[in-house]
Amino acid sequence: MNINFTAEEQAFRETVRGFLKDKLPADIAAKVKGGRYLSKADHQRWQQVLSQQGWYATHWPTEHGGTAWSAIQKHIFDEEIAAFGAPRSIPFGVNMVAPVIIKFGNEAQKQHYLPRILSGEDWWCQGYSEPGAGSDLASLKTRAVRDGDHYIVNGQKTWTTLGQHANMIFCLVRTDVEVQPQRGISFLLIDMDTPGITVRPIITIEGEHEVNEVFFDDVKVPVENLVGEENRGWTYAKYLLTYERTGLAGIGGSKAALHHLKQLASRVQKNRKPLIEDSAFRRRIAALEIDLMAAEISNLRIIATVEGGGMPGAESSMLKVKGTEIRQAITDLLRRAIGPYAQPFLEEEMAFDYEGDYLSDIDAAPLAAQYFNMRKLSIFGGSNEIQKNIVSKMILEL
Amino acid sequence: MDFRLTEEQQMLQETAARLVRSEYTFEQRERYRESEPGFSKAFWKQLSELGLTAVPFSEAFGGFDGSGVETQVVMTELGRGLCLEPYMQSVILAGGLIDQLGSDHQKQTLLTGIASGEFIAAVGLQEPQSHYNLDDVETRAERLENGYRLNGRKAVVIGGHQAVKLIISARTSGEASDAAGISLFVVDADADGVERQIYPTVDGLKGCDVFLRNVTVPKEALLGTLDEASPAIHYQAGRAMAALCAEAVGAMEEAVKLTLDYLKTRKQFGVPIGKFQVLQHRMVDMSSELEQARSMATLAASVADDGDSVARQRVLSAAKHVIGRSGQYVAEQAIQLHGGIGMTWEYSLAHYAKRLIMINHQLGDDDHHLEVFSGLMETA
Repeated sequence: MNINFTAEEQAFRETVRGFLKDKLPADIAAKVKGGRYLSKADHQRWQQVLSQQGWYATHWPTEHGGTAWSAIQKHIFDEEIAAFGAPRSIPFGVNMVAPVIIKFGNEAQKQHYLPRILSGEDWWCQGYSEPGAGSDLASLKTRAVRDGDHYIVNGQKTWTTLGQHANMIFCLVRTDVEVQPQRGISFLLIDMDTPGITVRPIITIEGEHEVNEVFFDDVKVPVENLVGEENRGWTYAKYLLTYERTGLAGIGGSKAALHHLKQLASRVQKNRKPLIEDSAFRRRIAALEIDLMAAEISNLRIIATVEGGGMPGAESSMLKVKGTEIRQAITDLLRRAIGPYAQPFLEEEMAFDYEGDYLSDIDAAPLAAQYFNMRKLSIFGGSNEIQKNIVSKMILEL
Repeated sequence: MDFRLTEEQQMLQETAARLVRSEYTFEQRERYRESEPGFSKAFWKQLSELGLTAVPFSEAFGGFDGSGVETQVVMTELGRGLCLEPYMQSVILAGGLIDQLGSDHQKQTLLTGIASGEFIAAVGLQEPQSHYNLDDVETRAERLENGYRLNGRKAVVIGGHQAVKLIISARTSGEASDAAGISLFVVDADADGVERQIYPTVDGLKGCDVFLRNVTVPKEALLGTLDEASPAIHYQAGRAMAALCAEAVGAMEEAVKLTLDYLKTRKQFGVPIGKFQVLQHRMVDMSSELEQARSMATLAASVADDGDSVARQRVLSAAKHVIGRSGQYVAEQAIQLHGGIGMTWEYSLAHYAKRLIMINHQLGDDDHHLEVFSGLMETA
């Protein structure tokens, strides 16, 4: 056993660092590090930089313009991305629908959609959850009825992240109501400009517009937008969710957040010395750093197992639970660190282009909002309760 | 031993509860929040007409000498309604300080107005560097021939945006974190040199930072004895902590109720999600946390108006510690058990969760009070 990175892997890390040092726009990095919201244009600008480097599609095979990186390389890349304050790619196109199209789509779909994802021409969002189908996703009711060359889609999707920016949505729809729920689901690609689609914002607890409801009212979708076979959508959906969960451990993001916490705690005062010198608070940070260390090695162990190119199975569920708990605990400490100043809700200061005086610490304004926003981590991508069900069933066979 | 409320206390509870029920639906609260004062002046007037703003004061000020228990009863109902009025700041803290320290003249002019709800007062006790240590005071008051000149800054003065009078702690001697050498001054909120930077808070309240630049006040503005305000500040903060505990219990009761209703009605996998054992146990844990919080709020209320003692301070810090922890547990689990819907602005639960978390940021969080308690703990 040698759990160190190889010389090649170290060299790869240096290459990634060099690229980020040269090409990552400083204003975008400052926004990410300061916990400010990124605009659509910010995401697109960074995506163009990655695409030009050929590093946007890290999960794709080279024939479609992917990097063909090993699991370890992807991990190193994600870690450096987070450390430098580069935005995480919006996953819905490049890391979610694309792997499904590559594995289950037909040639025409690959030719049409994959280049448009690489170029940033299409912004995808995800149509999975419905008001009545959350944890029990298979009970979804959005109906697609075949009518000649089209499906007629009716229903409602919800929690559609950044759907307000999207021009394409991939949807799970019901195409057979007579069979067991999982066997009557299909995977459809839908143009958001099709008549009959309405997007309504959902404002979340911290006051942001990040998620949406999407309504479908007699929406005509060409049959060539069906991925794979009709009524096989559940298989494709599960394939996609494994991809989703792998990224959800968010180790790199947690490391960056922990660094941010230490910096903040070094500036904020308590009893006339830096908060980080307060033994109780310092122990809280230390305990989290230790947990994160363990989770990182767990993550690497799973990655090394699948180094052959496969995907992790139920182990990714375990990582999702641990990873999200750690991240939520860091945001809890960030909020606690600023004491009474967690209370003011300063929308202007949260904007990156703010030029006035800061009420307290320069990074204080978004911290309470982030804490509340991060409650989503243990809910989305399959709630942590659902992940534990998967672990107990698939790994422990209970 | 009797944990039941007296007949008078029950009547007080029913009065407060009825008023909150009729005037503070979630939709009404959203309207009050969006209005310029950030709360309902009509509701404040109703509170005062029913005598609720005078609860802790003597009959001379229209009150009925209410103890911590009467305050607890009112605050729990205000917490249940997520009420936005600065009751804790104006009545309990500002009113309490004047009641404890004020000259006859100060009581006549100030306490009468506070108790009758005629005007609002707020307290500036914390500063940008003070974290939760109320003795960490850098704001200075220099002696002038006929008064004092104040310079400094007070942080996160909730309710200060609507206050007519501000009670400000300032250093008149000693070093920055000495308990000795702190004095209290009553400052007109619109006095020359007072600047308020007003903002909403995460939990829907409003407040401000107060900047004092060469603010001159007459010598009658001094509240209590020069240099010796610290014990009174801590004493009144203790009463306010008990009040916050009571408010948190009201908010927790609602959050627990909403979550329990949701577990019984939300169906997934063909059954109400409350049929799943992991969620049942979580709900039990939330209810147990609420019981612990209720017990500590009651204990805090029962000692809040006792004379100052280490035993009292210990209980109040213990209570605030428990409330901080249990409030966070209930807030986080209520959101988790609701799933995405618990994170939406248009559903009241999210706002209960925010208030519960922010109560932990008022007058010391659970970490702070664990430290205070540890310092006061009996070791054998």
